[in-house]
Amino acid sequence: MDFNHTEERRMLADSLRRSLERGADWAALAELGVLGALFTEDEGGFGGQGFDIAVIFEELGRAGSDAPVLEAGLAGGLIADAGRADLVERIIGGDLKVALAHAEPGMRYDLGPVSASVHDGHLSGRKSFATNAEGADLLVVSAVAQGKTALFLVDPKAQGVTLHTTPALMGGTISEITFDRAPAEPLGDAGTLEARVAAATLAVCADALGAMETAKAMTLDYLRTRKQFGVPIGKFQALQHRMADVAIEIEMARSALINLAGHLSAPAPTRDRHVSAAKNLIGRVARLVAEEAIQMHGGIAMTEEYALSDVARRLVAVDHRFGDEDWHLARFMKLSA
Amino acid sequence: MDLNYTAEEMAFREEVRAFLKAKLPPEIAAKVASATQLSKADYDLWHLALAEQGYLSGPWPKKFGGQEWSAVQKHIFEEECALAHAPRIVPFGVAMLAPVLQAFGSKEQQDYYLPRILSGEDWWCQGYSEPGAGSDLASLKTRAVREGDHYIVNGQKTWTTLGQYANKIFCLVRTGTEGKPQEGISFLLIDMETPGIEVRPIILIDGEHEVNEVWFTDVKVPVENLVGKENEGWTYAKYLLTHERTGIAGVGGTNAGLQALKRLAHSEMQHGRPLIEDPLFAARLARFEIELMAMATFNLRTVAGADAGKAPGAESSMLKIKGSIMRQQINDLARRAVGPWAMPFVSEQMEGNLYHPGPDYSAKASNVYLNNRKISIYGGSNEVQRGIITKAILGL
Repeated sequence: MDFNHTEERRMLADSLRRSLERGADWAALAELGVLGALFTEDEGGFGGQGFDIAVIFEELGRAGSDAPVLEAGLAGGLIADAGRADLVERIIGGDLKVALAHAEPGMRYDLGPVSASVHDGHLSGRKSFATNAEGADLLVVSAVAQGKTALFLVDPKAQGVTLHTTPALMGGTISEITFDRAPAEPLGDAGTLEARVAAATLAVCADALGAMETAKAMTLDYLRTRKQFGVPIGKFQALQHRMADVAIEIEMARSALINLAGHLSAPAPTRDRHVSAAKNLIGRVARLVAEEAIQMHGGIAMTEEYALSDVARRLVAVDHRFGDEDWHLARFMKLSA
Repeated sequence: MDLNYTAEEMAFREEVRAFLKAKLPPEIAAKVASATQLSKADYDLWHLALAEQGYLSGPWPKKFGGQEWSAVQKHIFEEECALAHAPRIVPFGVAMLAPVLQAFGSKEQQDYYLPRILSGEDWWCQGYSEPGAGSDLASLKTRAVREGDHYIVNGQKTWTTLGQYANKIFCLVRTGTEGKPQEGISFLLIDMETPGIEVRPIILIDGEHEVNEVWFTDVKVPVENLVGKENEGWTYAKYLLTHERTGIAGVGGTNAGLQALKRLAHSEMQHGRPLIEDPLFAARLARFEIELMAMATFNLRTVAGADAGKAPGAESSMLKIKGSIMRQQINDLARRAVGPWAMPFVSEQMEGNLYHPGPDYSAKASNVYLNNRKISIYGGSNEVQRGIITKAILGL
């Protein structure tokens, strides 16, 4: 057994952390190989395994990055599955930003049924919760054509595409998109959607772990420096024990993430059992860490100006992405019966 | 034991209901129900309607124009207001300063300020907390130095709720440095129009402007604005804190939240069925409701005890802790219930006039959840309350 990341992954994580601290932009991330690490060698990249995704997103979460890397892996992965090496190359190079528009208002956390449809090369329907679709060069959109759900490429600037974009709880943006007979290029079937969503769920879990580490570091720092009643508040045993519990739960989250990363390439039932185990546990811990970090800070953490507010919102949002605690608990129950 | 309200109490409930039905503007109730921020005009309108009915001063002593409501009456009133989605009564003047003035203020202060509180002429805010004095309030540093007929005030207050609407602020200020920190504190009434006062907004984690910083630079305050005696402000502040304790559990608001959540869970769909039919969600809801039923009785036991002359002591600390946790839990359940609609994050402070794309019931679910993380922090954090329980009830 060896629970250490490979030398290559450690180096990538270290340099990514330093770059993000220096405010790395999209080109810098591409240059660093972050986008290439999302894809396998067969696809034109040099990673694509569970632990590649884990180390990258832990750093993005730690830094609170809004860069659309998850979308590059999710929409880009579906593009790779369709054999479009030409587009994958541009994604890895940082020249093409992509996003997925799949969810629809009534689906909640399910992956279907899709009601958007394509007729004569034109796509119509409404898509919800498309993250970082604003600013994307190309959308991957699911729609029903000839009775089957398939994937299409749509130019977000094309006629008939309207985005209503708001800030997202976790940072970045989230869009409702209406398609009114928008020109759509067939990409392929939706057969790999579940596998790609599993990888994206891993990315959210890893991102959450990084954000938890940041919340923990900020809270520890505050416990050591904030004085009330003449002493640093970290001297109060009530807070010490709660901080100890937070630290334990974060190690549980890290362990669940390792379980998932190690099984991402397993057959679907095994993979999804680990996806649901990790997402359920990490959803719970993320909320705990957010709430405890706020409570132990006190009023200062309630302010927008203090950096913890971004971290806390990011952690609370974890449970709203790709299925919440209960959704994954129900699926785990089914897969473990 | 008798778990029922008396006939008089039930009649009072009917009276309050009829009043709310007749006088609460539906557009204001809709704002409260959807957690939309109220304007000053909204608050003023409701304040006046309550004053005209005599409800605003309901709990006040008769000699100050009140009706000396029992704690049970007050509870009934608050419960009905919450269920009807009435705006909360902004407490700083009517429920916090007024009892202090009635107990410790001069005749001149009572005659001048109390009517202005009821008429809405004065909007009071509270100047207690400071950046370095939160849970440890007695460590406050804002100084008031006597110079002839005035105090000269310098310092900074924070977390001043709705200070942007206020024309007056009551402050705890340091007038002495001898002895224990609690001993040199005075209670001062300050006009917000006085030169040297600056109000700066604080945007909270939900993206809204609810609280402020208030800065004092050489602010001249007439000595007649001192309440009671110099250096005895801590006693008055403690009186104020223990005075308003029976409503602390917020049962009415939590109950209203539960009703709203049940309606929401009938509309929101999961796997093509209403969310309320999802066994995991239904179990969360049921566990919550079971606890709320117990907390409602816990609360009423304290309320009834107060009417029997038992001052709510550390029980109010228990109610504050349990009440705040349950309030936060119902907000947490509402956020869970709206599912992915919790992700579009829109606040009134954001530029661009953005609207939330989801159903109305989902628009503020995240904001309210985030905003109410404050209630286990303010008014003596839950950690401070646990300390009080440990000493006062458990004797540890």
